[in-house]
Amino acid sequence: MNRQTCIALACGLTLITGGANAQKADPAVAAYRAALADKDGNPGLLIIDKGEILFKAVNGPKKVSLEKCDFGLGPGILKGAYAQMPRYMADTNRVEDLETRLLHCMVTLQGRNPDQVKAKRFANETRNESNTEWEMIVSYVAAQSDGMRLSMRQSHPKEREAIAIGEALFYKQVGPMDFACATCHTATDKRIRLQALFNANDKGQAESVMGAWPTYRVSHNAMRTMQHRMWDCHWQMRLPDIDMASPGTVALISYLTKQGDGTKLDLPGMRR
Amino acid sequence: MTMKPVSFPIVIVAVAAIVSGCAVADKTQDIAVLAEQAFKDSFKPGPGQDLSRLEQDETQRDCSIARANPSEALAKAIMARESRNMAYPEGAKLFGDWKAGAKIFDDGFAYRIGSFIPNKPDAVRGGNCYACHQGEAKEAAFGNQGPSLLHYGKLRGQSDAIVKYTYEKIYNARAFNACSAMPRLGHNKILSPKQVADLTAFLVSPESPLNK
Repeated sequence: MNRQTCIALACGLTLITGGANAQKADPAVAAYRAALADKDGNPGLLIIDKGEILFKAVNGPKKVSLEKCDFGLGPGILKGAYAQMPRYMADTNRVEDLETRLLHCMVTLQGRNPDQVKAKRFANETRNESNTEWEMIVSYVAAQSDGMRLSMRQSHPKEREAIAIGEALFYKQVGPMDFACATCHTATDKRIRLQALFNANDKGQAESVMGAWPTYRVSHNAMRTMQHRMWDCHWQMRLPDIDMASPGTVALISYLTKQGDGTKLDLPGMRR
Repeated sequence: MTMKPVSFPIVIVAVAAIVSGCAVADKTQDIAVLAEQAFKDSFKPGPGQDLSRLEQDETQRDCSIARANPSEALAKAIMARESRNMAYPEGAKLFGDWKAGAKIFDDGFAYRIGSFIPNKPDAVRGGNCYACHQGEAKEAAFGNQGPSLLHYGKLRGQSDAIVKYTYEKIYNARAFNACSAMPRLGHNKILSPKQVADLTAFLVSPESPLNK
């Protein structure tokens, strides 16, 4: 099956997502996977290919590519880098997830304005937009750790601190809904409408989420990154936009990565 | 006055226990402060942002620290506080129009802000109740975060006490369950007292399809 056909199929399935058996997680996606038989049918692969082109393309006032970006294993080393993120970075003296590091490289290597990068961070699914440069590059870099085990490093005090801060924020109730992340994500077999909610305190469920991000969201017709997920949850909590690559998002991602520690990355993932 | 001599190793163990206990307490305190700072630094003013939504009230603070599982004493204090955060519609008519309530039960309540996908600020908000609760039998796509409300009035009757409880529970769930997962829909101004009374009628009225 060629990839164009797969994408057409994905669009079709978007319409029928949410089926009779709401108790079982994502039956439409399971059917979709089965129909495609193997991972080569994930439309996210196309987006990863575009991400590779953009990663290697000259951009910004300094007219360089991102190929010299150091994701923690040395400049330009992508294989396995995402599996060890978030991590403490000595040059910035802070913990960074993949996306925070990417922004750092766009600013320092390419000389780009961070506010301009952040202004177009996600494709708006309500306007059926294509993925942004940001989402494509993140998907590409993350996919270079496919098949590896995700590990939340805890060797540096700031890494341990980020996990603890993330845990505190996970339980922080705020906003007109009185919600915390924990309100929806600390019980098993709960759902909002037909959408199953994952339990971050269940090792298996935390692993299945953390091992599948960045993920192709069938209902968004787009690849989605973990920073998008942090923004999306806060938006649903009726809070202002949580800033991309902010200390709060990095801490939450550190905590969630610890909850899913050791999972085998299966990238790109695919979800409803 | 004579004191029984305490053997040296016991003193050491006791002191060590106190010191390590303090160290843990201090660290928890530090993390709470750092988490607040990280949160504050994660939102920026700008178009479509309303940073006042980031301010916690006392109950949110208490329930965050208790991880929604407060001690009995704290739960009592929260419920006492929240039972004062109650308001009623004009004329204290707690039993409204069930037909209007049926619509509010199903309407998404929007209220999202930000610069990416905000909702219209002046849109009439619904309760989006079925996102978490089963309602009338014909709606299949309900969530299960909260208990089923199918046959709510049929099971409980329509006494004044039930009407008052139902109204107050929707208006401010934390007056009854200190760190409830249910938003304080009336107190947080998502729904008006009139809308809460309409929902009350939808739940309680024998004519409501929810009780058929």
